[in-house]
Amino acid sequence: MPARPISRMSFRRMAKVAAIFAVALLAIAAAPAPKQAATISKERYLSPLEIVSSPDGRVLYIVCQDSDEVRVVDVQSSRVVSKVATGRMPRGIALSPDGRQLYVTNAWSDTVSVIDTAALQVVQTLPTGYEPSGVVSDSANTTLYVANRLSGDVSVIDLKSGQETKRLLAGRGASYLALSPDGKRIYCTHIYPNAGAFRTPPNSEITIIDTERQMVVERKPLHNVAGVFHVALSADGRLGVAAELRPKNLIPLAHVEHGWAFGDSLTLFGDDIGGTVQIPIDELDRYYALPWGVAITPDKSKIFLTTAGSQSVTVIDVPRLLKTVRARRQPFVNDLSASADYVLARIPVGHNPRGVLLSPDGKRLYVANRLDDNIAVIDTATEKVVSTIDLGGPGNADALRRGERLFYTADFAFQGQFGCANCHLDATIDGLQWDLEPDGFGKDIVDNRSLENLAGTEPFKWNGGNADMPTECGPRTEKFFFRSQSFNQQQLTDLVTFVFSLPYRPNRYRAANGELTPAQERGKTIFERTKYKNGKPIPDSNQCATCHSGPKYTNQKQLDVGTGKSTDRSPVIDVPQLPNVAYSAPYLHDGSARSLEEIWTVFNPKDTHGVSNDLTKDELNDLIEYVKTL
Amino acid sequence: MTTKSPSCCHPERNRFSGGAKDLLCILTLISLVLITVLLPLRGAAQDMPLFRWENFTTANGLPDNHVFCVLVDGNRIWAGTENGLGLYENGAWKVFRPDNDARQQSLAHQAVLSLALDKRTGDVWAGTMGGLSRISAGRIDTFTQLTSGLSNDIVYGVGVQGDFVWTATAAGASRLNTRTGQWTLFNERNTPMYEIWTYSVSPAEDKVYYAVWGGGVLEYDVKTERWKDYNDPDGETELVLMKDQGLIHEITTSVSYVDKILWVATYFGASRYDGRYWHNFLQKDSGLPSNFLNQIKAIDANRAWFSTDKGLAYFDGTNWAVYRPALDTRKPEMLVRDAVGTVKKIPVQSAPAHNYVLGVDFQDDDIWVATAKGLSHGIREKNPVETVQVLSTHKAQHKK
Repeated sequence: MPARPISRMSFRRMAKVAAIFAVALLAIAAAPAPKQAATISKERYLSPLEIVSSPDGRVLYIVCQDSDEVRVVDVQSSRVVSKVATGRMPRGIALSPDGRQLYVTNAWSDTVSVIDTAALQVVQTLPTGYEPSGVVSDSANTTLYVANRLSGDVSVIDLKSGQETKRLLAGRGASYLALSPDGKRIYCTHIYPNAGAFRTPPNSEITIIDTERQMVVERKPLHNVAGVFHVALSADGRLGVAAELRPKNLIPLAHVEHGWAFGDSLTLFGDDIGGTVQIPIDELDRYYALPWGVAITPDKSKIFLTTAGSQSVTVIDVPRLLKTVRARRQPFVNDLSASADYVLARIPVGHNPRGVLLSPDGKRLYVANRLDDNIAVIDTATEKVVSTIDLGGPGNADALRRGERLFYTADFAFQGQFGCANCHLDATIDGLQWDLEPDGFGKDIVDNRSLENLAGTEPFKWNGGNADMPTECGPRTEKFFFRSQSFNQQQLTDLVTFVFSLPYRPNRYRAANGELTPAQERGKTIFERTKYKNGKPIPDSNQCATCHSGPKYTNQKQLDVGTGKSTDRSPVIDVPQLPNVAYSAPYLHDGSARSLEEIWTVFNPKDTHGVSNDLTKDELNDLIEYVKTL
Repeated sequence: MTTKSPSCCHPERNRFSGGAKDLLCILTLISLVLITVLLPLRGAAQDMPLFRWENFTTANGLPDNHVFCVLVDGNRIWAGTENGLGLYENGAWKVFRPDNDARQQSLAHQAVLSLALDKRTGDVWAGTMGGLSRISAGRIDTFTQLTSGLSNDIVYGVGVQGDFVWTATAAGASRLNTRTGQWTLFNERNTPMYEIWTYSVSPAEDKVYYAVWGGGVLEYDVKTERWKDYNDPDGETELVLMKDQGLIHEITTSVSYVDKILWVATYFGASRYDGRYWHNFLQKDSGLPSNFLNQIKAIDANRAWFSTDKGLAYFDGTNWAVYRPALDTRKPEMLVRDAVGTVKKIPVQSAPAHNYVLGVDFQDDDIWVATAKGLSHGIREKNPVETVQVLSTHKAQHKK
C-alpha cells in the first residue's frame, strides 16, 4: 500500500506536539536539581596548582593535584604534550638550574619525585618529612630543600646520595620556599601560626636558611599574621614579597565591613624596604581573599598576586608601592585606602587561581585556575587574559567540583571578604580560635576543627547544636559569617557533597601494615581500660572508649566532661571525632589545650574527662602515642 | 736520661784531695738531683697549656655570676646562669629570661643548668629548672612536663645525638625524636636505674651515657637499644677498698665519652674506663685539687679537664695542671704535677674567676670556664721558658 500523504492539517498538529515536547524537555532540564546530591562524575579532575617552565620558556610543567601527575604543555601550541604520573597529591614543583630535572613533592606519599625532563619519566623517589609541599634546589643542584607542612620543618636532602641529611625547624605548617637570586638564602613560609599563648595575637615567621651552612640563620617575625603563602624575590634580590592573611580572630565576629574578619596583605622585606612592612591589598569596600601566588616582573615594575578566593589577579605597581612605603613611616596595613596608591588592576581569572609564573621575558603571566583545570595566560603589559590553556580535564563541573568552588570562593561574603577556605585552609584548619557573635561577645570561644571524613559524625558545631551539615553550612553562614547572601538549595547540596567527600589525610603515626609499636599498644590498653589501677571499675561514662567509640571515635553525644570555661554558656560539648587528631592542635572545644598532653595535665584535674590522674608520665606518653595513631 | 755514677764516686779516678773530693761529690749529686727533678718538670711545665684569663661578671653584662654551664658555638658563647641565659657575641652580652606573656615561646626558667648544641642545625638546647628550651635562630620553643612528654621539668643535662635530644632530669631520662615528636622515657621501670635522679648525659654516635646521682653510670647502646649499669664495687661507702676495680663512687655528676673512653666525675674522685680497665683518680694520688667534681670533659682518650670545687684541673695522660685563684691568697695560681708527683708552681698573672668550677667548653685552643663567681675565658698562650718553683718532690704531699 502506498504511504498516505501527510495533510497540511496533520503537519501543523505534529509541529505543535513537537514544540510542546521540546518546551517540556527544556523545562525539565532547567528545573532545579533535587535536594539530594546529583550523580557525582567518576571522572578525575586535574586541579592544577603550581607551574614552572623550561629555562627557554617553551615548555610549562604543571602540577595537577587531583590527578596525581605533572602535565607538560607546549607553549607555542598551548597543548598538553605529555603527562607524568607522580605520587599522591603532588603539591610543589621546582626545576633544577640546568633544567634537566623536575622535583615534585608528593604531599600524601611523603616523597619527592625526580623527573627527567628529557625522558619525562620519574627516575628517582626521595623520602621527606610529613606532607612535603614547597621544594627548591640550591644553585649548584647538589641539595634539595623541601618544606614539610605537617612536621613544620624543612628537609635538607643531598641529591647525590638521595638521603636526607637533616631537618631544619621552620614555622608550623611550613609550605612554600623561594631561593634568593644569588643562591645564598632560602626563604620559607608557613600556613598555620606558630604556637602561642591562648587568645593572644597570632604570630608567624619567614624562616631564612643559609644555603652554604644549611642552617636557619634568621626568622623574620610576622605579627598578627596566620597563613603565609607564596614568597618571591625580585631578580636583583632587593625586594621580597610574601602573601599572607591577617585574621581578626580575637574580636567577636560581629560584622564584616572595614576588614573586620580578615585582612589580605603582603609582607615586604629586603634592602629596598630596610626591614619588614605589611601592606594591605584590599580596598575599603572590596576584598581580595586568600592572597596566594606571587610573581615579580624581571624589571621589578610589577607584582602579580593571585587571590584564590576572589577569582582574580591583583597587579601592583612596584615603584609606587615603594614610594608609599617610604613615605608612610607608621604601620598602615589596616588602612584599606592605601591600596589605591599602588594597585594597578584586578584581572578576573578562573576559579581558585593559585600558582603563577612569569615567562622568562616577563611578557606573559601564567595562572593556574585550579578549579577550572586550565591555565589563564595574561599579557603583562595590557593586564588582560589573552588566552586559556585547556589542560584536558573532564570539562564539566559535577556536584563535587561545584561544591569545591563554593568552598573556596569569597563571593558570598559581604564585599567578598572571606569564604570557607579562609578558616579551613586547603580544607583543613587555621590553628586559631574564634569568637562568634550569636552566643554573645566573649562567649563560647571555639577552636577551628578539621573537616576530614565528617559524614556520620553528626551533629556539628562544638556543642552539637547543628543537627546536620546543611544546617551547619546553611543559612547560619549567611547570618553569622558572610553577612551577605547564603547558598541556595542546590549550592548548599553541592557544598555539603564536597565537604563530605574530604578524605582522611594519611596518618603518619601508624605503620602502613596497621601494627602498633609497643608504646602504642600500651597506650591502647590505657585508652580501653575499664578499671582503675586499684581494680575498682571506672564508670562507663568516664571510660575513654565509651564516648570515643565507633569507627570515627565519637558516640555523637553531647556531654559535660568538665572542660567548660567560665566564658561558655554551657559546659556541654559534642564529643569530637579523633582520627588525625595529631594534626589539629590546639585542643578542646576552645583550643585552650596547646598540646595533647595538656588535655590531661592541665584540664583534667578531677578526672572528669577520662581517668588520667593515676597515670605515670610514661603511661600518659603511651596513651598519647596511641591517640596519635587514630 | 741515664745518670752515670759520678765520677766522684770512683776511687781509682779521683784526682782531688779528700775534702775537695767530698765537696765535689756533694755538688755533683746536687746537680744530678736538680737535673733529675727539673728537667722532667720543666718539660711537663712546658707541655701544659698556659692561659691568660679574662673574666666576665654581671658588670660586663653576664646575666648572673653563678654560672652553671658554658657552651661554645663558633664565635658565640652561651652561658647558663642562675638568673638567665647569656649569649656573648661581637663583644656584647644578650640575655634571655622567661617572659610570662610569651610562656612557651620564651625560656623555660631563668636557672639554666645545661646546654647542648646541635651542630647540624645550629639549634641550642637549654636544660633549666623549669623545662627544656630550644633556641633556634632567635626563636624559643619550650617543653615542660605538662605540655610535652618530657619526664620532669628539672633538666640537669641535655645532649644531642643526630635527630634525638636526650635529657637527664630529676625523674629519669627522656629522649625526643625531633622528626616525629615522640618522647621516650627511661627510668627504673625499663632500665637498670635504681635512682632516677639523672645528672648528666653524654651522647656519642654509638653510645649514650648517663651520670645518675647516687646510681652510678648507665650506658645505652644505640644499636642494641639495651641499657647497662656501672656501679662502685665498694658499694656506697666513701672508702676505696678495691682501687681501679670499677667506678670510683655512685654519686656521679658528669660523664664524658670520647674516643671510646668513658670519663666519670663524682663527688668522691674521678674514673676512666676504656671498656676493660678502670682507672680511678683521687686527690691523694693524682693532680686533682679535690675529689669533689662537678664536671669532666674529655678531649680525647688521654686528655681531660676536671671541674672541681677547688680549681680547674687538666690531665694530659701523664701530667696535671691546676688553674685557680690560690685558696689562701686568692692570687692567680697555676700548679703542675708530673708523673712522679713533683708539684711546681708556675708564675701566672691571671686565673679563672673562682676556684669553684662547674663546667668548661673549648673554643679551638682556648677554654671557657663556668664558675661560681663568673665566666672565664682562658686565652691560650705560648709557654715561655720560666723559672719554676718546686713545691714538692717525688710524691705529692697528701692533702685532705
